[in-house]
Amino acid sequence: MTREIYLDNAATTKPYTEVAEVVAHTMLHAYGNPSSLHKKGMEAETILREATEFFARQIGALPEEIFFTSGGTESNNTAIIGASMAYKRMGNKIITSTIEHPSVKEVFKYLGEQGFEIVTVGVDQSGLVDMEALKSAIDEHTILVSIMHVNNEIGTIQPIEEIGKLIKSINKETLFHVDAVQSFARLPIQVKRAKIDFLSCSGHKFYGPRGVGLLYKGKSVRMQNLFWGGGQQKNVRSGTENVPAIAGMLKAGQEVFKNQKNIMSHMQECKAYLAERILCEIPDTWVNGPNIEEGVPYILNIGFKDVRSEVLLHALEQEGIYVSSGSACSSHKKEKDGVLVAIGNKKDQLDHAIRFSFAHDTQLEELMQVVEILKNQVTLLRRYTPGGRK
Amino acid sequence: MKNVFLIKYGELAIKGKNRHLFENKLVSNVKRNLKEIGEFIVTKEQGRIMVEPVEDDSIDVESVIDKLGRIFGIVGIAYGIKDEEVSFEAVKRLARVQMEQIVGDKQVTFKVDTRRADKRFPMTSMEVSCELGAYLLDEFKDAIKVDVRKPEITLMVEIRNHTYVYLKTYKGAGGMPYGTNGKATLLLSGGIDSPVAGWMIAKRGVEVDAVYFHAPPYTSDRAKQKVVDLAKKVSMYTGNLKLHVVNFTDIQLKIYERCPHEELTIIMRRIMMYIAEAIAKQNGSMALITGESIGQVASQTMHSLVVTNDAATMPVFRPLIGFDKEEIVQIAKRIDTFETSIQPFEDCCTIFVAKHPETKPKLEYIKKSEALLDDIIEEMIEKAINEVEIINC
Repeated sequence: MTREIYLDNAATTKPYTEVAEVVAHTMLHAYGNPSSLHKKGMEAETILREATEFFARQIGALPEEIFFTSGGTESNNTAIIGASMAYKRMGNKIITSTIEHPSVKEVFKYLGEQGFEIVTVGVDQSGLVDMEALKSAIDEHTILVSIMHVNNEIGTIQPIEEIGKLIKSINKETLFHVDAVQSFARLPIQVKRAKIDFLSCSGHKFYGPRGVGLLYKGKSVRMQNLFWGGGQQKNVRSGTENVPAIAGMLKAGQEVFKNQKNIMSHMQECKAYLAERILCEIPDTWVNGPNIEEGVPYILNIGFKDVRSEVLLHALEQEGIYVSSGSACSSHKKEKDGVLVAIGNKKDQLDHAIRFSFAHDTQLEELMQVVEILKNQVTLLRRYTPGGRK
Repeated sequence: MKNVFLIKYGELAIKGKNRHLFENKLVSNVKRNLKEIGEFIVTKEQGRIMVEPVEDDSIDVESVIDKLGRIFGIVGIAYGIKDEEVSFEAVKRLARVQMEQIVGDKQVTFKVDTRRADKRFPMTSMEVSCELGAYLLDEFKDAIKVDVRKPEITLMVEIRNHTYVYLKTYKGAGGMPYGTNGKATLLLSGGIDSPVAGWMIAKRGVEVDAVYFHAPPYTSDRAKQKVVDLAKKVSMYTGNLKLHVVNFTDIQLKIYERCPHEELTIIMRRIMMYIAEAIAKQNGSMALITGESIGQVASQTMHSLVVTNDAATMPVFRPLIGFDKEEIVQIAKRIDTFETSIQPFEDCCTIFVAKHPETKPKLEYIKKSEALLDDIIEEMIEKAINEVEIINC
């Protein structure tokens, strides 16, 4: 098998070669502990400073508002638990949506068990948060609203500026957390304009290393730290910073932000091409989530009638094509509260979704092959449907 | 004075002339199982196998007992101390050392139990027990008290070529030494039952290998990995396990195309039997093993079992046939296969399960349906067998 077409970039991306080189180089040369007082420590600290300045600039934040974490899950946990604990005297209510990633959803479940009042706002068929419901849920006891920017399974883009303004217009003390793991470095984000207090990002979603991410925390916002230790990063996140991974993420950021527009328009082309050919040439297929033009250019979720997602996924895998059935993080559990249920898919549509997600280097020529193989495989698999021959 | 593990074995002691064969096998299984955790001297000694660590300090007693506890044919494992001298003085020395570990603030009740394999020893077992008890009471005073009915501690004394004293006997796996009773082939799936069935037959000394039917893309590589992991769990007891992975997709699809859908599972199982038997014969097995239990699912009703059984000419062992699910789960937990079995990568091959599968199939009808495959099935089976992937677990 020589073919390898990787269309699972929403799960993780293949890092740029330069990123891997920077990581290796940093490990071998800038190996000092940033907290050490000597020159080797200083050298490592300089990398951190450069990274905070760079990422702060990209989202209109101050360098002292950027913190490094181990990734999206840690950033989400830190922001939501940290803010809820710090402000629990001000109120008891925290709000989220029905289509959040498990690293938000499960945190809310946990806080619910700890006595917080949880409100979960629904979404429409394209995955957009119900603004009216959100509006009526926010009150003087609401301490936090957490809404993801881009949904990982269907690619819906939430109007975060509008949401931020709405929240603050009702209760300016209510904090706004945005899980931007699937949008950071791809869609423009300005934290001040969108009135965001916390923003979570992950390095490996934009061609950086795994095990590293960012948390933006507004300067005036308080937060209970989750780790106790050496007090690194202004005690927001104790623990020796992962300097090589941060250097790698910085490298990836520099590449991506420089080419953001080109990459996005290229992926839009990929998505439009693949969607059109599948929908026209394979009968009984549909798009899950927003319309092709409205969702992000890098996520396409398509349903194939009478074909089980997991079977199609493995059939494509045998041809060297890698896709996802829903979110890779959650595909191990039988989803009853998943995104597709939240957007109102019928029971018989749930098990048939395939997510294609693109990268800067996805080739149209590859997608042509994917279409041909899909046509064959879907036809073949449809001959064998559950419950017997028709 | 040295630390020693005394291995007790039951049934095979009564196997007459073959006894030394069983014992030798057991000794070699013990040596094999202990190889990775340290250096030991393993010797046979009149109804016992003695295991002595070469260096006392370098071994972890619990992991030795865990390893020995997985060897079939062992009834009990005692951990104690020995003295090369055979005398009542030696008995007293060892007993004193053992009791010192026990006594504390609270009074403990004890009794002494003596076995005398060396009948030339001047005292009887009873005399040793009595005099040792008196000696210990004298030494430890109020810290200990004799209770022959329900003692908290039983001090075991064995007088053999050397003197041994120990406090506790751990339960062994029981059964017969692995590899002393022929060979059989297990139909292993990713479920809870089949690994338990394989373990039970292996426990009777039967060498076991396994066949797994893989149906990509309907079953995933992770499902296959799960079966490999299960085979490895079973091999913790058997030393190793040869797994034959059969690619079953084409056959399954062909059955789907040609045969009535309600009969799909039962026909599939018959063909699995043909293939398993062919692989069994190639590997010198004399029987098949399945995890079937009457009535558990549609394919395991009495009627279905009769139809499946007809496909095999070898004996098919179904050690779980009368077990309830809960009983099987209990064993699965004990032998540590349960957690692996319940991982969720089981079947995306639900398309091969009819909504209402036949629960009372009649052999003649099933055979008629199966005949719809007559022109191709032999060739397909041969191909599947030729392309078997072998994984040593």
